[in-house]
Amino acid sequence: MSEKDPSPDALQSRRRILMGLSLAPLAAALPGVHAADKAAPGAGGSSFAGADDPRRYTPSFFKDTEWAFIQAACDRLIPADDTGPGAVESGVPAFLDKHMQTPYAAGAIWYMQGPFLEAPAEFGYQGKLTLRDIIRVGIDAMDAHCRKTYAGKTFAQLDTAMQEDLLTQAESGKLKLEGISSKLFFSNFLNEVKNGYFADPKYGGNRNMGAWKMIGYPGMRADYIDWIGVRDKAYPLPPVDLSGKRG
Amino acid sequence: MATVKPKVDAVIVGMGWTGAILAKELTDAGLHVVALERGADRDTQPDFAYPKVVDELEGSVHRRFLQSLGQETVTIRHTGDATAVPYRQMGSFKPGTGVGGAGTHWSGCHFRPLPEDMRFRSNVEQRYGKKFIPDDMTIEDFPVSYDELEPHLDMFERVCGTAGKAGVLNGVVQAGGNPFEGSRSREYPLPPNPDYLGSEMFYKGAKEMGWHPYPIPASNASAPYINPYGCQMGPCNACGFCSDYGCLNYSKASPNACILPVLRRRGNFELRANSQVLKVNLDSTKKKATGVTYLDAEGKEVEQPADIVLLCAFQLFNVHLMLVSGIGTPYDPETNTGTIGRNYSYQNLNRVVLFFDKSVQANPFIGIGGAGATMDDLNGNQLDNGKAGFVGGGLVWARQPGAGPVRGINVPAGTPNWGSKWKQAVADNFRHSFYFEVQGACMSYRQNYLSLDPTYRDGFGRPLLRMTFDWQANEINASQFFVDQALKMGRTLNPLSILGDAKKDGEHYNITKYQSTHTCGGATMGNNPATSALNRYLQSWDVPNVFAIGANAFPQNNGYNPTGLVGGLAYWAAAAIREKYLKDPGPLVQA
Ligand SMILES: Cc1cc2nc3c(=O)[nH]c(=O)nc-3n(C[C@H](O)[C@H](O)[C@H](O)COP(=O)(O)OP(=O)(O)OC[C@H]3O[C@@H](n4cnc5c(N)ncnc54)[C@H](O)[C@@H]3O)c2cc1C
Ligand code: SF4
Repeated sequence: MSEKDPSPDALQSRRRILMGLSLAPLAAALPGVHAADKAAPGAGGSSFAGADDPRRYTPSFFKDTEWAFIQAACDRLIPADDTGPGAVESGVPAFLDKHMQTPYAAGAIWYMQGPFLEAPAEFGYQGKLTLRDIIRVGIDAMDAHCRKTYAGKTFAQLDTAMQEDLLTQAESGKLKLEGISSKLFFSNFLNEVKNGYFADPKYGGNRNMGAWKMIGYPGMRADYIDWIGVRDKAYPLPPVDLSGKRG
Repeated sequence: MATVKPKVDAVIVGMGWTGAILAKELTDAGLHVVALERGADRDTQPDFAYPKVVDELEGSVHRRFLQSLGQETVTIRHTGDATAVPYRQMGSFKPGTGVGGAGTHWSGCHFRPLPEDMRFRSNVEQRYGKKFIPDDMTIEDFPVSYDELEPHLDMFERVCGTAGKAGVLNGVVQAGGNPFEGSRSREYPLPPNPDYLGSEMFYKGAKEMGWHPYPIPASNASAPYINPYGCQMGPCNACGFCSDYGCLNYSKASPNACILPVLRRRGNFELRANSQVLKVNLDSTKKKATGVTYLDAEGKEVEQPADIVLLCAFQLFNVHLMLVSGIGTPYDPETNTGTIGRNYSYQNLNRVVLFFDKSVQANPFIGIGGAGATMDDLNGNQLDNGKAGFVGGGLVWARQPGAGPVRGINVPAGTPNWGSKWKQAVADNFRHSFYFEVQGACMSYRQNYLSLDPTYRDGFGRPLLRMTFDWQANEINASQFFVDQALKMGRTLNPLSILGDAKKDGEHYNITKYQSTHTCGGATMGNNPATSALNRYLQSWDVPNVFAIGANAFPQNNGYNPTGLVGGLAYWAAAAIREKYLKDPGPLVQA
């Protein structure tokens, strides 16, 4: 393909092939992905393989070690089960990788000038890390903690119950991490995972509008005047996304 | 050196609701008006066009239509002896930016004040005696009566195409409306919007309680409408993307849909977006403004001379501009002197969430910003404050501006925040729960005020506005009382479970939780220049060619949302400028 051939379709398919090829061995080595495979009913089969398999996404923000954490943590926070799709198969890790590269994650709409003082919780976050640094510093600190405590193993290499326990401790802030509050990291991370799970699929997560189907959200229809008075029937239409695709 | 522009008759700072109203009125009067708006220009097409606008990540997470705190924010502390810290991430309140201001992404609940709200202190004193008001509570009467404002409140409703049902028409009580409201000269321009399940349930529960429910007056058009300016509105389609979003449909009243289409065609009106006003310039006497200084889109300093300066920058920023420009005397809570920053108040807002089984189709994704049902049985003179033990009334209402999963899904108490159980709860409850809001008045106090921060600066080098605010016992008691009433009513509807978030004794103001953007006071209107910044026409006592229009003028906040009164006051001030000030420029009230 010459540089003068910018057909988006051609580029897209070439990129997919390259990504698929380069990522296959790495994805297979990720423990979080194995866990997702096992837990997701039907996930390992036809619906989960193929060119748009979310596991074939190549992160451009996160390092490989961080990526392994993300796969595992996403799978613990929103596991695949009978209720609906899990965060991993929904593409939340890809969402996170893309979202971290937006001006929003770089702190564009936050006031970021010092001095940075201690203040009671009612005053919110008063530190100087941007969202993407909270996530990145937090992941590194979690892994450092795990390696120190569990004979060199990273978070992703621990078993599921231990991972859940660590996340629970981080949620309450009981977990002591070097350089960052585990609670701050956890709350921001969970928030981002939920954003990715529920936002429009164009951002990389909520693959096939699976999260919307799970809760019965019609997506971006944005016109309900004909249904406002209906009381005896569930809203009947499936979701539609921003690109106009129906779920 | 600043570029100096040719002098104009009036310069307006901010192009939200109040700025647009003043621009329309003063260009009608033939004045040459320049409006400076810090944010971008915006209009229904293309900025609110479907489908791009209905994007929850951009609208509610990236907050594309709201103010960025990157350049400008406030600092906050609970008490005057503490060090304030910046409001770094948006939570408690969400000011707007860009043409249309918060008037673009408001919900549309459009209330008039009650007549007794306008004579607040006298009314409380008459009913319960002077001693009923705590010493530190600095509540006042508005220096204008409901009857004087009525034509202006009416005009704002006409411009907005407000959908509602009159309760009292020319003194006669009407079925279906609010029997306790002030008398109106006309019916609402449009009939009420249809009811969601939640508001239908509200009617049921409210009747059970012996209350008098009525449709919330909503500036979300219930039918096709052409306003007095010739602007067309289309019926709301209940899209569910109202609060935080621009209306895709020309249905929600906004400066963009209801006023700007006319202004944009006028030769004597000039709109300069991306123009950040830094200060009002005063002459050497400090009694006269000569214009304003702003930064243009390239960040270059420009001076705009003008005969009249209209501050229409939203409550907080009007006060900030007055403080950084040296207009009037800053308030000092120690000595209880000075007027700029005095009587800051907020709104006392709480929520009650009701969860039902799967047979109840609450469909929270359906939404009409301001529409729903409420009642005034615990507001104004209907509430026996003597018995209740606090000052100020409140309402319970059912409102459903529209909810999607990114904005958050309510789950019953005890649900974990993640994992399979959370997922199950989210799937079970999303379509089968709704909420009532409990909104109360907020009094003003000596210890709650605005001033300049000694440490933190904005992106332009100015000191940030500092907010000293905390909930006082009166508001905490009120919150508990109203939430209790809402819970009682909610229980008559037999939900599976119910959540209420009344403020606990001693609870502090939490800036991380969205409560409302109903910030009030700080440059109040009054009859006494020693205790108010503005006279009854919203004219600065100190610099008479400056008017500050907005909720900054409220001496305290009443039980309702502020914008109906803000719009009414804007028309009232505009009439005073047109009919009195232009004929004889100078103080409209002798101090
Ligand atoms: C999400 C949300 C929902 C709301 N819902 C309701 C509701 O249902 N009912 C209700 O009554 N109220 C509601 N409000 C409040 C309502 O939006 C405001 O009361 C109203 O918009 C105030 O009008 P204003 O003209 O004073 O300010 P705005 O409409 O905010 O306009 C002020 C303008 O001034 C500009 N500005 C500020 N500083 C400068 C400067 N230095 N230089 C240049 N320009 C400047 C701003 O960018 C802005 O565009 C809501 C607010 C929000 C945020
Ligand atoms: S709910 Fe109605 S008024 Fe609000 S944005 Fe949607 S169409 Fe406009």
